[in-house]
Amino acid sequence: MLTAYVRGVGLLGPGLTDWQTGAPVIAGTAPYRPCPTVLPAPQALPPAERRRTGATVKLAIAVAQQAVSRAAIDPAGLAAVFASSSGDGVICHEICETLATEERQISPTRFHNSVHNAAAGYWSIATGATAASSAICAYDASFAAGLLEALTLIAVSGAPALLSAYETAYPEPMNAKRPLPDSFGAALVLTATSEQMSLARITAALGDAPGDRMSEPQLEVLRAGVPAARSLPLLALLARREPGRVVIDYLPEQSVVLEVCECR
Amino acid sequence: MTPLSISHFTATSCIGRGLDEMIASLRARRSGLAPCTFETVRLDTYVGEVPGVDEESLPHELRRFDCRNNRLAQLGLRQDGFMDAVQASVARWGRRRIGLVLGTSTSGILATEIAYRQRDPATGALPPDLDYAGTHNSYSLGAFTRLLLGLEGPATVICTACSSSAKAFSSAGRMIEAGLIDAAVVGGVDSLCLTTLYGFHSLQLLSGAPCKPFDAARDGISIGEAAAFALLERMPPHLDSGALLLTGSGESSDAHHMSSPHPQGRGAREAMAQALAAAQLAPPDIDYINLHGTGTPGNDAAEGCAVSTLFEHSIRASSTKGATGHTLGAAGALEAVICAIGLRHGLMPGSANTERLDPAVEFDYLRENRANVPFRRALSNSFGFGGSNCSLILERSA
Repeated sequence: MLTAYVRGVGLLGPGLTDWQTGAPVIAGTAPYRPCPTVLPAPQALPPAERRRTGATVKLAIAVAQQAVSRAAIDPAGLAAVFASSSGDGVICHEICETLATEERQISPTRFHNSVHNAAAGYWSIATGATAASSAICAYDASFAAGLLEALTLIAVSGAPALLSAYETAYPEPMNAKRPLPDSFGAALVLTATSEQMSLARITAALGDAPGDRMSEPQLEVLRAGVPAARSLPLLALLARREPGRVVIDYLPEQSVVLEVCECR
Repeated sequence: MTPLSISHFTATSCIGRGLDEMIASLRARRSGLAPCTFETVRLDTYVGEVPGVDEESLPHELRRFDCRNNRLAQLGLRQDGFMDAVQASVARWGRRRIGLVLGTSTSGILATEIAYRQRDPATGALPPDLDYAGTHNSYSLGAFTRLLLGLEGPATVICTACSSSAKAFSSAGRMIEAGLIDAAVVGGVDSLCLTTLYGFHSLQLLSGAPCKPFDAARDGISIGEAAAFALLERMPPHLDSGALLLTGSGESSDAHHMSSPHPQGRGAREAMAQALAAAQLAPPDIDYINLHGTGTPGNDAAEGCAVSTLFEHSIRASSTKGATGHTLGAAGALEAVICAIGLRHGLMPGSANTERLDPAVEFDYLRENRANVPFRRALSNSFGFGGSNCSLILERSA
């Protein structure tokens, strides 16, 4: 059993602009009106770096920043786990397109921004965070894998950690091979012990029951279609501030069972 | 951290398939770097290509995973009875109690690179047989290995560029310590592809000659490929003399720049210091450091600075990338295995290709092998793009 306390949440997706306005929607108390995800410019980055970052980094940083602000915690001392099923899709497409030409002249900035851990790198540069940061991938299981990575980090170190799970779509022709409906990101600031700012306690264990679904049909399409949105059933429970049990999709025939309690 | 048993390990790189060939090459100080003839690449550089990767054939039921990276993974897993050792571990702990944490930087992206040359001229569509999840995606390596080994525990692929597979050891160690699992297959697999060859070329970081780590005239990296694996297990009640252990790991972020390290090696020093603290050791307790030592002027200068501010000037250290090339996401696991080989056989490998040592180096950089020197503790450094640093400490029990 792995335990942690949720101290901050970040959310960004189609029709979900932040946690404050998105929470009633995923809690089911406000209507869901989907519209394309709008990614804000990462204000935390210096202007030169802001220009260089792609959609994936913008999204990962936006939700991380939201969660850190809500948690009122200094990100400089925070370990961070970034979870996504791929690096930046647009950059990957541009590199593959260039490599298919005679000249094969890749842009050096594109190359270093193509790494899966670009978001982790830019986040540490933006916040001055020198603690451990990781970038992990488990394809469609990336959210649960990221959550387990963050929870084990907290269990062993006793220190708080940030989890940012995010996903942006590939352009064509890659999108046909890996279709994702839109960009979606969710972030959690998790601590080892109960604090005044804590929103809830979560306890995780591995299980094999199928993952819970969202009752709102379009939110269920989002959950099933974007790896980071597999977090929605957990976020819905946090948004309702209700204790309960929720099952999150993980690897084939496996899931993560989460107990949520001590909600505030 | 709670020490973990490294009960089995293997590695395959351009200097050998499996441990016996690797040891023989290290003893002979043989470099596997050769002028690049890979695929359609036209670059004036040397690479560490593993021979025979393309001849490796995947089981029929796993054919959707067929790509160079997974062929290399399977070639690596078949060496040194590693798959049998995993099955023995399954019998001991149960397949749900064994995790899988691997590192890679580019996984099977070569499949997509080639597919982009075969797009439909009318629609631009990629060829129908390209299987993104099975090949290109980073987790393809994890999904393939998990099925090949029949594991059913937690599984993750770490993609922090050149620190990826060192961090796999740290991550799996935490899963064991937190009680999520009892054992884990850890490792790294990265294979040659156009993205990294042309990408490092664009950054002007590829050497035109075999790389010469810590040489005064070093001028860049040589890219290699490798598959390296270890089986980490909860400590047995009775430890055999000479057993190998993972006793420390440290991770940090530079928070400095995406593709160049902090000039004084701030993050590198922090990762090494954390690994020492995790192992409850002081710098003089370390006998040998396997350096990240890529062979670029900036990387080696920063790492050298970090090492000499933390360790006594008598510390013995070398980079083995002159022999294997920089195997990127596999480097952490490959060099952890080289440390394990060294601890088992009393071999501190000398740096291949390093002719005239950088006069700025303030420690005992090994240009020749130190053979038959039994030693207890080795530290291995791996640093990557995004300022991602990881140091591991391996120990041979008395």
